[in-house]
Amino acid sequence: MHIEVTQLNKHFGDFHAVRDVSFTIEKGRLIGLLGPSGGGKTSILRMLAGLETPTSGDIVFHGKRVNDLPPQERGIGFVFQNYALFKHMTVYDNIAFGLKVKKQSKEQIRNRVMSLVELTGLKGFEHRLPHQLSGGQRQRVAFARALAPEPQLLLLDEPFAAIDAKIRQELRTWLKEMIERLGITSIFVTHDQDEAIEVADEIMIINKGRLEQKGTPWDIYKSPQTQFVASFIGESTIVSDVSKLKGFEPAADREGVKALIRPEYIEIGKPHEFRIFSATEPGRIKQLHFRGSEWMVEVVVGDTTLITYRSLEKDILHPGDEVTVLVHRAYLFTDEESWIMENRLKEDPMPIHI
Amino acid sequence: MKKLWITLTYAVFTILIIIPLVRIFIGSWEEGFGGFVDALRRPQSLHALYMTGLIVVTVTFINTLFGVMLALYLVRATWLSKRLRQLLNSIVDLPFAVSPVIGGLMIVLLLGPNTIIGSFFGDLGFKVVYALPGMILATLFVTFPLMIREVMPVLQEIGTQQEEAASTLGAYPFYTFWKVTWPSIRWGVIYGVVLTVARSMGEFGAVLVVSGNIMNKTQTATTLVYQDVENFNVLAANSVALVLAAVSIGLLLMMEWAKKRKEH
Amino acid sequence: MNLRLRSRWWSFGFRSTVMLYFIILIVLPIIGVYGQSFSLGWQPFWESVSDPLAWKAVLLTIRLALIAALINIAVGTMIGWVLIRYSFWGRRLLNSLVDLPFALPTAVGGLMILLLLGPNSLVGDLAGWFGIEIVFHEPAIVIAMVFVTFPFVIRAVQPLLEEMDRSEEEAAYTLGASKAKTFFQIILPTMTPGILSGGMLAFSRALAEFGAVVLIAGNIPGRTLVASVYIFGEVESDNPQGAAAVSIVLLTLSFLILWIVNVIQSRRAGA
Repeated sequence: MHIEVTQLNKHFGDFHAVRDVSFTIEKGRLIGLLGPSGGGKTSILRMLAGLETPTSGDIVFHGKRVNDLPPQERGIGFVFQNYALFKHMTVYDNIAFGLKVKKQSKEQIRNRVMSLVELTGLKGFEHRLPHQLSGGQRQRVAFARALAPEPQLLLLDEPFAAIDAKIRQELRTWLKEMIERLGITSIFVTHDQDEAIEVADEIMIINKGRLEQKGTPWDIYKSPQTQFVASFIGESTIVSDVSKLKGFEPAADREGVKALIRPEYIEIGKPHEFRIFSATEPGRIKQLHFRGSEWMVEVVVGDTTLITYRSLEKDILHPGDEVTVLVHRAYLFTDEESWIMENRLKEDPMPIHI
Repeated sequence: MKKLWITLTYAVFTILIIIPLVRIFIGSWEEGFGGFVDALRRPQSLHALYMTGLIVVTVTFINTLFGVMLALYLVRATWLSKRLRQLLNSIVDLPFAVSPVIGGLMIVLLLGPNTIIGSFFGDLGFKVVYALPGMILATLFVTFPLMIREVMPVLQEIGTQQEEAASTLGAYPFYTFWKVTWPSIRWGVIYGVVLTVARSMGEFGAVLVVSGNIMNKTQTATTLVYQDVENFNVLAANSVALVLAAVSIGLLLMMEWAKKRKEH
Repeated sequence: MNLRLRSRWWSFGFRSTVMLYFIILIVLPIIGVYGQSFSLGWQPFWESVSDPLAWKAVLLTIRLALIAALINIAVGTMIGWVLIRYSFWGRRLLNSLVDLPFALPTAVGGLMILLLLGPNSLVGDLAGWFGIEIVFHEPAIVIAMVFVTFPFVIRAVQPLLEEMDRSEEEAAYTLGASKAKTFFQIILPTMTPGILSGGMLAFSRALAEFGAVVLIAGNIPGRTLVASVYIFGEVESDNPQGAAAVSIVLLTLSFLILWIVNVIQSRRAGA
């Protein structure tokens, strides 16, 4: 559904949690609300859901003002950070809940629930209780449950915060595919930049209650519009031909790919400091800038200049020094999508057996 | 050392609890089974047991209903300010601090035949004090905090997220309460019911003051025991007491069972 | 729209009924008592309270309740400890029996004590032989109070013992502390909030106790007449104002204790 928010404000007592936030979201888009903890992202999400009432401002779904509409009537699906599954009900009953409320026939319910169970890969688990499931499985149930009543808007509150890092990646990809397949307008809240880049069509950066910037990941990283956004995303290097960097050769397969490398993903040092030396390449220090708590280092690799940071506690480097450089990952962008690519050579091809 | 403490513990229990119980049992059997039954079959015994039963059922029903609702409001209500909720929360415990006699006194002072409200109802033919309504009121007062204090911690523990999820799925408050909240608080409520039954059955001081202890009219099982003791009718007192003790022990067992289920 | 309007009325109805019940049942009567006792003015109130029988009863009650509370603190702490820390045959049963005073009518409790310790009973006769009077004298009152408040300290101490981090204890042992030393310096402090709040609740309850006491105290004015029985007596003698006056004293004391217990418990929760 098409969403329009104008001058949204929320006070919790004296605390001004959301300040004059306005934005529009087109139908079918996948939006990420990104920003530091406590910045107001979840409050905005909950106001969209009707779980909180705005202090002032308007929320309009499809041209209709919904401020006074309770959550029951907004046609939304909400996925909670801690799943909020109904502890006393089986997976089947959890998913069927929204349909039973609508008093659908047993058969209709059965069809819909089973198709969702298949879709979310939970076949065979329908009769389990939540405490018998793993974290990843619970999240998928939460997702299926929210989707069952065919909502027009899907809201997700840090859906992967409570999940192990390993499974997080899989679930992230799975979620994005699912949402794209269903074509449902979706908004999710996260404080993880990688997540926002990988999953969202557009990102809204929220800090201290304000909307700092809204745009595609590429727009935001290339042209940050406010001080906060610039420092939040860090001084990344824009690399026009990332396939020239060791370990990123496969990037050349795509036409018109632009790359952006975050300073924390570039590692420099002496050759013996690297575990997988084969993934590194030589570089030369071009310039150093003192930044108070650390050094900002410009290092040239091939004909690309990369920017990274170096702790004051390490040995001092000088312009002209030869160093070894390891690029861990890069954000890749085309006009339509954005994704993360890992350095292919980081996987040790010849593990040494003793 | 450990053995010492365990033995001491057993000693305390035996002296304080077990032996007295046995004593009552023996006391009511003084004239054999017949004596026991006769004591119970006296019209005043039957009436008193009936009154106790009536009060227990009424009070438990009312305080369960209101108790659960109040617990919900005190923990969740957004339409009450936080300050107000905290204030009300501390007031809930007041009946615990009030001596039952004072509880009864309050009702007599407010609703006795000489007061405005009391005489108003009296003219309508509806006696409050020295009659069943007053006794029920006194018992309601005394058992008021029990259910609330059982349900509130449970509500606080389970949090609001499940109910919020239900609301986003289209469920209105009533449906959400039945399908989502109730299954979570069920055992806490049951434990509260058992506590309320035990307390209302055992209520003595407040009811004594409010009822006037009029034999065959406003006497309960406990005040009957009191009367029998004052009249040195030890056999009768023991018999009624034995019935009460047996029910109490039954309730105790139920309490423990419900407590286990509550914390599962 | 109609559905929402209807449910609005329903919730309004529910809320007002429930809140009204709360206020009428609890707040009103308590205000009523305070009002009534001062209704005839400050002078009569003071007269009722300064009646020697009245304040003697109050002082007696406070003294005996204090003794009962202290006994319960000592015994209750021990029993709470034994029931949580040790496993032995019958532990479950004893743990359940702790709640019996909660479940048993106080009048029945009083009867039990009367039978056990009164004239014509084994213990009563034995004690009388030693010259110790129990029933119809102060010791009986204390025993009744201890019985009725038996569970309070135990149930307050047990959760604290359960929650306690054993590793603190174990650290003390590895550093060479004896079991006794560890108990007093490490374990006891953890139990203290429970002992305090349980003890205060026991004290408060003992102050208020009527049913168990009235049967066995003999109720001799000035000697074994406790405050609650005194109040009862005044009501029976058609002196509700006098009864109300002494009630105020007792009530205010009890509320004070309740408030202090609340403060202790919220401190603990906040800490």
